[in-house]
Amino acid sequence: MTATSTGTAPTEPGSAGTGSVRNGSTGTGLSPAYVAGIVVVGLTLIPLGYIVVAMITMGPAELVELLWRPRVGELMVNTLKLLVATVAVTTVIGVACAVAVVRTDLGARGWWHAVLAAPLAVPAFVNSYGWVSLTSSVQSYSGAVLVVSLSYYPLVYLPVVAVLSSLDAAPEEVARSLGRSRLRAFLGAGLPRLMPAVLGGALLVGLHVLAEFGALQLLAFPTFTTAIYGQYRSAFSSDAGTVLAAVLVALCVMLLFIELVLRGRRRYDRVGSSAGRPVEPVTLGRWRPLVLLALVGLAALALGVPLYSLGHWLAVGSSTAFPVGELTSALFSTLGLAAAGAALTVLMSLPLAWLAVRRRGPASTALERAAYLANALPGIVVALALITVSIRVVPSLYQTLPVLLLAYAILFLPRALVSVRSSLEHAPPVLEDVSRSLGTSAWATLRRVTLPLVAPGIGAGAALVFIAISTELTATLLLSPIGTTTLATEFWSNSASVRYGAAAPYALLLILAAVPATVMLSVQARPGRVRS
Amino acid sequence: MPRSLLTRLALGLGAAVIALPALAACGGGGDDKDAVVVYNAQHEELIDAVAKAFTKETGIEVELRNGSDLELANTLVAEGDRSPADVFLTENSPAMALVDNAGLFKTLDAATLGRIPAQFRPTNGHWTGFAGRETVLVYNKDQVKPADLPASLMDLADPEWKGKVSFSPTGADFQAIVAGVLALKGEAATEDWLAGLKANGTVYDGNNVVLKSVNAGDVATGIIYHYYWYRDQEESGENSDDSALHYFGNQDPGAFLSTSGAGVLAGGDHTANAEKFVDYLTSEAGQQIIADSYALEYTLNPAVPLGRDVPPLASLQVPPVGVSDLDSQKVIDMMQDAGFL
Repeated sequence: MTATSTGTAPTEPGSAGTGSVRNGSTGTGLSPAYVAGIVVVGLTLIPLGYIVVAMITMGPAELVELLWRPRVGELMVNTLKLLVATVAVTTVIGVACAVAVVRTDLGARGWWHAVLAAPLAVPAFVNSYGWVSLTSSVQSYSGAVLVVSLSYYPLVYLPVVAVLSSLDAAPEEVARSLGRSRLRAFLGAGLPRLMPAVLGGALLVGLHVLAEFGALQLLAFPTFTTAIYGQYRSAFSSDAGTVLAAVLVALCVMLLFIELVLRGRRRYDRVGSSAGRPVEPVTLGRWRPLVLLALVGLAALALGVPLYSLGHWLAVGSSTAFPVGELTSALFSTLGLAAAGAALTVLMSLPLAWLAVRRRGPASTALERAAYLANALPGIVVALALITVSIRVVPSLYQTLPVLLLAYAILFLPRALVSVRSSLEHAPPVLEDVSRSLGTSAWATLRRVTLPLVAPGIGAGAALVFIAISTELTATLLLSPIGTTTLATEFWSNSASVRYGAAAPYALLLILAAVPATVMLSVQARPGRVRS
Repeated sequence: MPRSLLTRLALGLGAAVIALPALAACGGGGDDKDAVVVYNAQHEELIDAVAKAFTKETGIEVELRNGSDLELANTLVAEGDRSPADVFLTENSPAMALVDNAGLFKTLDAATLGRIPAQFRPTNGHWTGFAGRETVLVYNKDQVKPADLPASLMDLADPEWKGKVSFSPTGADFQAIVAGVLALKGEAATEDWLAGLKANGTVYDGNNVVLKSVNAGDVATGIIYHYYWYRDQEESGENSDDSALHYFGNQDPGAFLSTSGAGVLAGGDHTANAEKFVDYLTSEAGQQIIADSYALEYTLNPAVPLGRDVPPLASLQVPPVGVSDLDSQKVIDMMQDAGFL
């Protein structure tokens, strides 16, 4: 379809080619898809744009004054030392667990995989609540590293398991046939092929740590994110808060950049359609008890402690009245927000996915990349930016539902985009053309040809966003319209006020809300194809 | 045809986007056109009890929108004349000053103002205090002997208190206390005091966490308001049994009493009923509900003392700080410079 087309004639030139490069912007104007794409990207860039504009209008003198002060230094040290330690710890735990599950004769592989991926279903702030409500000794740097690492190591473990179980045995076997020991063969020929997965996982951990608010607030370990919240609560929308947000965004972008550089341009492709022959598993022998002990210990810390704590508070809390009414109303508003947010996010992803698949070219690539950039923005920054922009530019929207939904869409657009895009790739336009040429109406073609092809992807994208929103805390806390409470905000107001028993039912529902996504992710990365 | 696909999908999803929040809103209680809309930053449970009694007595419905001091104050300023709010209630007075400076309050009836002593309301009569919260130092009984307690809040900045004091600097409560110190001691002394606290103190998020940490012995003392401790005592004592309260008295900045304010918004649609609500809040009936509630905050109408086991308001020897003298913006700037924010 060209930019000038007004009808839907199937005989348009070029409409039969799958994925052919067509320029949609020739003709008398921009095609509606481009306009929609530009609007979507414009919306997602509001937070970044706000920060840039605010820094410019602030002027260099005030900027330097707000940037160059002891508090920023203190937060920088805290944030960086937490970032480095958690990325290191999660990488070690994640890779070690993946090797133990995929490359050894551990046994009960599927079971261990499920157990090791399960902590992903406990949101980090719920995990922190579990620990803090049992012992205040975790309210320290080492406590923060421990609790945050236990929450986020699956982000490394899952991609590494997925790659490790699909690695072809040949390179390592060649290395061993040339006299390398088993370990050195793995380090030399196996590990390098894992690096993209490890780096990707580590980057994800890093971005999560930078964006983490609830867990670190409960752990009383101040970072940029918690300090921005403190600024917001004390001074509302202030220049000092904006400067902290700018530093945080700079750290996120730096992280993306480091990952890009480290990953480099090396490729580990293999020709052939099958995934290759799996490597012979290592016999654990007398190391078995030690490995088992380590895994059981990890599971006890990452899963056992928060679940024990939750059970304890549920038992203690149920002696007081169980707030069925409040629980139900928080549940329903959470579900409503998640559904509306997912619908908006998927809707916003459609033009971008459409352009990326059906109008390949530099412009559509640029639009798609810009949307992914938002993935690196912490919820606190998006929330602060939307609050400030709405209160100054469109005060009628301040503290209203559309702003909250927009924040969700900005934060979770990449998740929807990935699914919708891949589903559109499975719906080549030629099928629609054939359908139309056989006399089917446009509506019937949509209903009987296109929708069945793209619906699963749209559904999967919507489901991912739905789940992400239902456990979202930071942006919801700042942006939810007055009087709207969700599971996360109710949990937060109770646990932040030390009403641990009252927080427990909400914690339970939050975990239940995160279970489907965890199952989905762990099944995708299943170490199924392993020689035993 | 591809565009029609896009259009139709967009229409369908758009309809869902519009319909779902509407469905979600259905669960959230109906909007009563005649109800007085209260933007409430005070504890929801407390004001809910007052509102129910008010409705029972007058037949006037009350709709609460709950939030925090600054959140609601800034919402009111952003909404300006279009705000649906009729009444604004806060926990601390700086947020009242913010809304008053924007010129949004209507002067209260003389009868309403007359019930509350002049020290708890601004001279312009644009709002009034209706409850008070007293600054205290909570201390762990195993770690601090009563004889070693500081004579003044200012002493906590001295090196001997290093590592022994905690507070929640991002909360409006602590910031009101700093505003009190600023009004009483001036800028230079407050600056030194904040620098000392920064060096000595442990920072927590929320007064409940401060209380719990002191009680558990994680830190020896904490600066909070009185009612956190008394509430915990009345509930179970789980987070307060190993601690005790130290009242500074003696007109010390540490005896600062923070005022919860109530005001009627000039731009509201139910001004007459809003005035009745604020009047009720300060009346003997309204104050009695506050006194009898779980809140344990001080009632300000002298006809209705709080009672209970809390030291009476008159015994606190609070320092003379006018509610209009609290400069919240200055406090934020100073706390920023001291590295708390």
